[in-house]
Amino acid sequence: MAKRIEASNVTAYYGNFKAIENINLTVEPKTVTALIGPSGCGKSTFLRSINRMHEVLPGARVEGSLTIDDQDIYQRDVDVTAVRRMIGMVFQRPNPFPTMSIFENVVAGLRLNGIRKKSILDEAAEKALRSANLWDEVKDRLAKPGAGLSGGQQQRLCIARTIAVEPQVVLMDEPCSALDPISTLAIEDLMFQLKDKFTIIIVTHNMQQAARVSDRTAFFSIEKTGDPGRLIEYDNTQRIFSNPSVKKTEDYITGRFG
Amino acid sequence: MGESPPRSADAGTGGTRVTQSHDGPAGASARVAEAPVSTRTPGGAGLGGGGALPRARAFGAERAFRGLTLAAGTAVLVIIAAIAVFLIAKAVPALRANTVNFWTFEGWFPNDPEPKFGIGALAFGTVLSSVIALLLAVPVALGIALYLSHYAPRRLGTALGFLIDLLAAVPSVVFGLWGRDYFSGPVADFSAWLNTYFSWIPIFGGDGPFGASILLGSLVLAIMVLPIITSLSREVFLQTPTANEEAALALGATRWEMLRTAVLPYGRPGIIAAVMLGLGRALGETIALALTLGITFNISVNLIENGGNTIAANIANAFGEANETGRGALIASGLVLFAITLIVNITARAIIYRRREFTESAA
Repeated sequence: MAKRIEASNVTAYYGNFKAIENINLTVEPKTVTALIGPSGCGKSTFLRSINRMHEVLPGARVEGSLTIDDQDIYQRDVDVTAVRRMIGMVFQRPNPFPTMSIFENVVAGLRLNGIRKKSILDEAAEKALRSANLWDEVKDRLAKPGAGLSGGQQQRLCIARTIAVEPQVVLMDEPCSALDPISTLAIEDLMFQLKDKFTIIIVTHNMQQAARVSDRTAFFSIEKTGDPGRLIEYDNTQRIFSNPSVKKTEDYITGRFG
Repeated sequence: MGESPPRSADAGTGGTRVTQSHDGPAGASARVAEAPVSTRTPGGAGLGGGGALPRARAFGAERAFRGLTLAAGTAVLVIIAAIAVFLIAKAVPALRANTVNFWTFEGWFPNDPEPKFGIGALAFGTVLSSVIALLLAVPVALGIALYLSHYAPRRLGTALGFLIDLLAAVPSVVFGLWGRDYFSGPVADFSAWLNTYFSWIPIFGGDGPFGASILLGSLVLAIMVLPIITSLSREVFLQTPTANEEAALALGATRWEMLRTAVLPYGRPGIIAAVMLGLGRALGETIALALTLGITFNISVNLIENGGNTIAANIANAFGEANETGRGALIASGLVLFAITLIVNITARAIIYRRREFTESAA
């Protein structure tokens, strides 16, 4: 179910602007990895490179290689949609499809995979919603619009939608930044449970969150505005937060910069 | 469930479009709205108060503007009421003088000493030509709109969008003349071909002559409504929140699947509105149809034989030589057209309203 991700010399551009440079990083299966760093340091860009969502933006491109269990997803003949089915993504803002019901939102990915049978969809929807800790709250109103839920519920709905297709890896781009503390806690709890099945990579601005949820932490930074983001330090979360080996990491973590 | 922003769906989704790197602060878009408020915060003692509070002004710009907008709003109602009264007052005497059934009689002789005129054939022709025009135009328009909004390179999209808008600026008489003098040739040939091979289908039957037919009128109409539907749907498609498109793509959707999952459902109310505007234009189109149709007064589903007529085209053709009763009869036909348009619009509203639960949060 979960796979190892290896990035080697990943460099990403927005047009002529180099956003990240030579990122080398290995993510072990069934772990939570947090990407932290100041704004504009390229952590989201790197995250979006992992499921080839970076190239969706006009003029954006990625160089280097990114392998999922030794398979390079940036090889020329790789089907992008297959990569994205394997590597799910949860976005910063909850983005359920506004025209769809809660149920339809959850099974949207399955429908895209051509699954039509009602019984399979029902079962998968319940399973995904239960995994996302949302089932009890929505089981009586599955036909209601997904956009009618609260922000935290919407985000859990998006997580359910992502895990319904049973991906290998789940990427989360600041999944709690638009949520209040209680909803944030619910999602953090969820991450603990999901880690049993999925490899999770999360971008967060909240260092306490990184410390709470992740096994390993990668610290990204930039020299100055306009420079590409680089990976400064990557280590066990405990070590990063207690005894980082790079001065810059320590400065960031203790709040002296960034 | 004390979670805060319950209806943040669209405010939130708009946000990611602006933040190029997604590290920007959450709620950047919301902050824009608050900006004007913060400029009012006290700059010094003069603005920030201190001393007694001034009295609210009784007649300020605020009130004047309120009155102005109220007047503008009321004017619409007054104008519509005035038109309705005028039309009804003129139509009723003519309808009284009519010696045959207004709804079923197939013919238009209101100027005779014993006036005979019926709306059936005209209303039928109006609806038929408009519906066929839409059937032809909508798929093409949506195709163009999707291409312009999601496939074409941005610069090409803008240029083509501009050209499409230009098409809307061509006067309808030009379309009519073009249809009558040039386009009728190819359409006649095509009609003859259809007649040869498909005459067993009633709509393509008949013995000719072909050319100045409902088909020609509908084709010209289709070209005329194409720009409206295209540019409105393009706008709607462009407004699809990037976040929703990315959600679909991240689930492994191909581009077409993304359009089907995120863009088309989101744009549905907009598409319906665009189609209805197109239909409104088609129903009311006058001179282009007066020039291209064969002008007959019978109800026939044959699309390719010379013939066909519409309410508006009939008004244009018959007004010049109409006497008092004739004008009243034409005005009565105008009322019927008005009613048809009203029904169409109400239906469209009902369709949009039926799924308001889903579209409200989207719109």
